[in-house]
Amino acid sequence: MAAHSGPKQQLVIVGNGMVGHHCLEQLVEQGALDAFEIHVFGAERQRAYDRVHLSEYFGGRDAESLALGQAELYAREGVQLHLDCPVLELDPQAREVVTAQGRFRYDQLVLATGSWPFVPPISGATGTAQLVYRTLDDLDAIRAAATTARRGVVVGGGLLGLEAANALKSLGLEAHVVEFAPRLMPVQLDAEGGAALRARIEALGVTVHLSRATSEIVSGEEYRWRMNFSDGEYLETDLVVFSAGIRPQDALARAAGLPIAERGGVVVDNWCRTGDPAIFAIGECASWNGQIFGLVAPGYQMARLVAAQLLGKDAQPFTGADMSTKLKLLGVDVGSIGDAHGATPGSRSYRFIDEATDTYRRMVVSADGKHLLGAVLVGDNSYYDSLLQYAQNGIRLPADPASLILPQSAGAPALGVDALPESATICSCHNVSKGAVCCQVDAGVTDLGELKAATRAGTGCGGCSALLKQVFEHELSARGVAVDHSLCEHFSHTRQELYGIIRVEGIKRFEDVLARHGKGSIGCDICKPAIGSILASCWNEPVMDPALVPLQDTNDTFMANMQKNGTYSVVPRIAGGEITPDKLIVLGEVARKYDLYTKITGGQRIDLFGAQLHQLPDIWAELIAAGFETGHAYGKSLRTVKSCVGSTWCRYGVQDSVGMALKLENRYKGLRAPHKIKFGVSGCTRECAEAQSKDIGVIATERGWNLYVAGNGGMRPRHAELFATDLDEETLIRTIDRFLMFYIRTADRLQRTSTWRESLDGGLDYLKKVILEDSLGLGAELEEQMQQVIDRYECEWANALKDPEKLKRFRTFVNDQRADPDIRFVRERGQPRPAPGNHLKLIPIEEEAL
Amino acid sequence: MSTAQSLTTPAWSQDSQGRSTQWQPLCSRRDLVAHSGVVAWFAGAQVALFYLPDMPEGEQLYAIHNRDPQSGANVIGRGMIGHLHGSLVVASPLYKQHFRLQDGQCLEQPELSLTVWPVRLNGDQVEILAPDSASASN
Repeated sequence: MAAHSGPKQQLVIVGNGMVGHHCLEQLVEQGALDAFEIHVFGAERQRAYDRVHLSEYFGGRDAESLALGQAELYAREGVQLHLDCPVLELDPQAREVVTAQGRFRYDQLVLATGSWPFVPPISGATGTAQLVYRTLDDLDAIRAAATTARRGVVVGGGLLGLEAANALKSLGLEAHVVEFAPRLMPVQLDAEGGAALRARIEALGVTVHLSRATSEIVSGEEYRWRMNFSDGEYLETDLVVFSAGIRPQDALARAAGLPIAERGGVVVDNWCRTGDPAIFAIGECASWNGQIFGLVAPGYQMARLVAAQLLGKDAQPFTGADMSTKLKLLGVDVGSIGDAHGATPGSRSYRFIDEATDTYRRMVVSADGKHLLGAVLVGDNSYYDSLLQYAQNGIRLPADPASLILPQSAGAPALGVDALPESATICSCHNVSKGAVCCQVDAGVTDLGELKAATRAGTGCGGCSALLKQVFEHELSARGVAVDHSLCEHFSHTRQELYGIIRVEGIKRFEDVLARHGKGSIGCDICKPAIGSILASCWNEPVMDPALVPLQDTNDTFMANMQKNGTYSVVPRIAGGEITPDKLIVLGEVARKYDLYTKITGGQRIDLFGAQLHQLPDIWAELIAAGFETGHAYGKSLRTVKSCVGSTWCRYGVQDSVGMALKLENRYKGLRAPHKIKFGVSGCTRECAEAQSKDIGVIATERGWNLYVAGNGGMRPRHAELFATDLDEETLIRTIDRFLMFYIRTADRLQRTSTWRESLDGGLDYLKKVILEDSLGLGAELEEQMQQVIDRYECEWANALKDPEKLKRFRTFVNDQRADPDIRFVRERGQPRPAPGNHLKLIPIEEEAL
Repeated sequence: MSTAQSLTTPAWSQDSQGRSTQWQPLCSRRDLVAHSGVVAWFAGAQVALFYLPDMPEGEQLYAIHNRDPQSGANVIGRGMIGHLHGSLVVASPLYKQHFRLQDGQCLEQPELSLTVWPVRLNGDQVEILAPDSASASN
């Protein structure tokens, strides 16, 4: 946009929640900083975070990972963020806001103050009997109260109340929900839907109390508090979380004399203007046509509208918003679209009820049966996307509308994405239509990541990801662009397809895979290691076999980890982190003899750095003589099984975690996989081995072992998910066998278990069905394949040392005994480290031998 | 620079700077590792040798400088061989750039390239074409 001259206007945004953040983001992106200086005031200590996924705060996500957008946004020149700085007063006459930091003048003001949780006036509701669930501080208060609690009650069985119950459950409390209405989620669900949801949630261990009004809270006998209900019943608990609805945070506007709606909220017109032309209100604090919109999508819609107006751009007026929603509450799919209750005169409903699995679907259609008006889904949201498109875009229903909600043998009924009109909204968070996706495809975008970056589709709540991908791939195909899943230029297969081919055809050599299914005769550094890893996972022959050597990345070839100066680090296996003093002394002696930099790793092993290529066989000969074996630190394979000391020493331990770690590490050592695999075993719930950040986490219980899967540390930390509980040793090992083999079979190249798990259609439930219930009938096969790999285990270094041919490569120079003269070390803190780059003797290439 | 490997190449010739060059012994065929690389010391230079026995005569052996220009470490001989966009390449094991075996050109960063030498198999002997004086300056 054109540069503005003259002094900049002062724009103040009151509130740094999701909607206020979105408004700022839209403004900055569209060049508002040319014309405005923007002050943002937030009452909370944290900058804007993702309230939609708040419950994940107890599932391992921290405040930083919940934060919205880039912190740089707030560091831009012309943007000032004032956190922990509530606006105390509005002065529309002087056009000033009053804060503890002083008064700030504004030319334009945007109110995005959100809402506050309503706590009904109940006598005795104080302290831990009066918690709420809205902000990170609220969650911290709940967590603090939960440390000494056994049972927790949520008052309110709506969407947020069930989220809060989930939070209590993940804190290890016995969770109860008390709802005033005769069903759960009374706004979104009908009676049957509510009943199905209740059955599912109770099956998960959350007790639901319906049609209960709390009259008072008094001291309890067995628990801290007793809630007395108006029907004479009572329930005791250690803490109470109120989730009885939200109220618009309109206090500032009210005090400033702006018009306020009857049921609360700052009155706004179709342009989000309040009674004062210099003041806008957006999100949950605004009341449009007497309605408050408590979802993020309408809030974002208002934010975009206000940003456009401030920038003098064309904008569409706000004319209400679709309150359709789909969510996963305590792991249960719930969806509600449009007129879920069939309130439209003359409308008719189709219902599908499956009491065996507590699944419910309802469709509300127009009197003429041609259009979908609304829907309710409980138990399976795979029907949601299609139904929403029918409802939102007025698509004519098929002759037999019931087919849209009846179970299909081949999964959910798919509304062909080609049937969607150009105007169909694909991503409602960022208002991206199918037409916008098509535009990008026409502009040459062929990569989903690029599409998301260009349109931001799928980067809000993420609910549209599957639909977005479908539309994108369909549009690509429609333009004759092949959707490319090729591994590289030599194989037009995915890793998973190649795995199937190699396994089914029993191929054991790269050349044969290439000749039968690939192009060319050489391959490349993408397909060779990928296939090398598949061959190793399937047949587990030594990686140093001549046919396999050319397939290995350098670390696998030399069975050590190359460092920045071309030397290697050596990591012998120290299973479970347990080592005898004698072996520890050998490690020290070897390190001293070869002058190796020595460091303890995060995986409870010892890493020896600075070995030159020709030293590796000598070093390993000494290590193997002392009883060590390779630690596979160089491979895409099992690395370590970290353990705490467990019941043998620890006064809290309930099982022998070191013993279990040794069993697991020795079982799976050498297993080649799409990426590295880490385990952790903790001897009790204190979790000192940090097993929940590992691919496989095992935590001891009084009755056996709990199994967690698909956790990750590193770049993208992911909390592992509880997969099965109280397993005996045999079942634990069988389950891990199946899980790992299924991962090896189906994951993509260089995909850790965490990203693999996130990419699996059907998610954790699907994985549980395959592994625990053997829904694909693969169990025995997976176990057998694992056993084959285990039976063929051999220490690669022991194998290599026996074979002079294999040792040929461990020469720095094939025609000279000298070491690499360019490898230099300096000493630091009593140990060697690579000389910095400028210490390297770099000979300009021209002056050399030629 | 070409990778003249044929035995019909004269026993000596001149390089680009006018110095006379000749075929000089480097190592033996048994020192090579099929489909992969080893490194030889030649007159103060580190020469990575890649041996592809399944390729047609004259395209089986390549000599390329062992130093990775990105890291300054001598590691190219430990890189992986591949075929990309019609050329034989070696991938640096540290930062994974690809260098053409034919002429040493880096595919990802045009400003990077590696010296290559003509090299051939003479019976069981691996020979490199280099200036006369080179062997003396060892």
